[in-house]
Amino acid sequence: MSSERISLTVGPVLTYWTRQALMDFYAGVAESAADTVVLGEVVCSRRYEFKLDDWLDLAADLRAAGKEIVLATQGLIESEADLRVVRRIAEQRDYLVEAGDASALAVLEPAGVPFAIGPHLNVYSRAALEEHAGFGAVRWTAPAELPLEAMGRVNPAADPVKAGETPVATEAFGFGRMPLAFSARCFTARHHRLSKDQCEFRCQDYPDGLLLSTSDGKPFLVLNGIQTQGAAQHCLIEQREQIVANGVRRLRLSPCSQHFTTVVACFEQVMNQGAPAAAARRELEAIALPGGLANGYAQGRAGMEWKAA
Amino acid sequence: MQQPPFAAPELVCPAGSLRALQLAVDAGADTVYLGLKNATNARNFAGLNFDDAQVREGIAYAHKRGRKVLMALNTFAQSADVTPWYRAVDTAVDFGADALICADTAVMAYATRTHPELRLHLSVQASATSYEAINFYQRHYNIQRAVLPRVLTLQQVQHVLRNTSVEIECFAFGSLCVMVEGRCTLSSYATGQSPNNVGVCSPPSAVRWTDTPTGVESRLGGMLIDHYAPDEPRGYPTICKGRFVVEGKRDYAIEEPTSLNTLAILPELMKMGVKALKIEGRQRSPAYTEQVTKVWRQAIDAAKASPDRFSVQPTWTATLGHLAEGQQHTLGALDRPWR
Repeated sequence: MSSERISLTVGPVLTYWTRQALMDFYAGVAESAADTVVLGEVVCSRRYEFKLDDWLDLAADLRAAGKEIVLATQGLIESEADLRVVRRIAEQRDYLVEAGDASALAVLEPAGVPFAIGPHLNVYSRAALEEHAGFGAVRWTAPAELPLEAMGRVNPAADPVKAGETPVATEAFGFGRMPLAFSARCFTARHHRLSKDQCEFRCQDYPDGLLLSTSDGKPFLVLNGIQTQGAAQHCLIEQREQIVANGVRRLRLSPCSQHFTTVVACFEQVMNQGAPAAAARRELEAIALPGGLANGYAQGRAGMEWKAA
Repeated sequence: MQQPPFAAPELVCPAGSLRALQLAVDAGADTVYLGLKNATNARNFAGLNFDDAQVREGIAYAHKRGRKVLMALNTFAQSADVTPWYRAVDTAVDFGADALICADTAVMAYATRTHPELRLHLSVQASATSYEAINFYQRHYNIQRAVLPRVLTLQQVQHVLRNTSVEIECFAFGSLCVMVEGRCTLSSYATGQSPNNVGVCSPPSAVRWTDTPTGVESRLGGMLIDHYAPDEPRGYPTICKGRFVVEGKRDYAIEEPTSLNTLAILPELMKMGVKALKIEGRQRSPAYTEQVTKVWRQAIDAAKASPDRFSVQPTWTATLGHLAEGQQHTLGALDRPWR
């Protein structure tokens, strides 16, 4: 086992939680083995239990607890109000910014500051990553559908893409329900026969999203407002060797409303403490969210598939 | 006071084949767009698209009649080998395509550095939904037109137009992608193949139709997408238009099979300064392309002649309704119900 640490990143909370739930969640994260925490509302501008100033206060607290903080911008930008939030996030200099879309690149690049590329900016080749490194990207979260082997070709450990003198770090989606699609339409509101502007914030009734099953009863997708996720929990806990071999040094763990500290602990044990993966995988399987585990994308297969190590 | 005349937007029509290209040109398309027979374009279906000889012949046919040809090179160059994408850029230049429709920064970088004279259009697959994003690609790759994803309201489209010098192309008609283009991996979640990585949504190889005692089932990657009663019309199993169960209710949980149709707001789009209107449907038949093109040619000409007296002709609606997915129309994000 290589001794290099695989950094654990807590991804942004993708679902809509109450203020108290967010506070409790991040109190747990502060105590966890996570290295980095990505903060901010990335899905829907109508969700405002936490405004930007609240995120910044939380960022200061978590930094004091020893965590690296990244501020993410929203994945889908539609209005001038959305752009104003992007600009405010990009203009602060206390924390690294993760670009959710090209609007964020437009604001970050002229500032000449290092930034991170979020999973929705489509980088599928070394040449594309080099372009983004030229804009100032020092960290890259690969698109969820990219196989680990492809990440290794885009940004190999032995010859990484560089932003100036800084090698670009690769982060892979390591655990959680994967964001698969964005729409202008809110599917949670639509399910309740409500318009998006009068959605009554129904997303808050579904802290892990609204499960969509096939007509023959198989959990398939999750509706999360304007975002659609896979129902299965993407899980790379058994892929440590492949992760390291392909130059991935960071894993993104996407929050779930229950037992998330167990998720972080399992990954820390397996990735950095030499614990056996099979036992940790069984523990993660027991987390009570419908959909099971999946790792197909990592192997270049359908994202919903699971293949035991 | 007399209204100033409005510039008629360019009518941009799909060519899934040489026959479709010829029919579109003959039916009044100002411009057609086509792709090569490989993963470099986002409609990579068997039996569709152009080989080199057909590209040459298609461009000659259109240019002889004063029309333009755009080449769609709108998937993302893959890590294993980016050369097919770079070769496709060279092909577009060699054959005299009037512009390249592209989404990938690697492709745009190659195109601007190797062929600085080549006109670039930012594909809808680039997911550029704001003027900041569009202007960013203009600054770095000199894009001259951007195709807007189908996520903005009419007012938001107008706001983009006021804040960029890049030409704006909007979708006018065709099967409606309800997800932001370039941001949807539903297909690869079920099959391993997506528009971004292979250039196809719901690949035919992953589709299964099964007869059952109660009707017909359609599956994608083994997942049940829909079940049709014996006399029910059947749709292609794209995930976003399937019927699923949410909280015990079986319904079109994401979107009904439906087509975008912006005929009703054509004068508004023209007054706002939309430069081009795109008809979707390279995967549809040449006859479809011809009929849709004819309707839109008439509509644009009528709106140009007298924008304030423009009204949608019942025959246009009937023709388009017959061709629309699920025989249903929507204004999509442009309209109130989505807000």
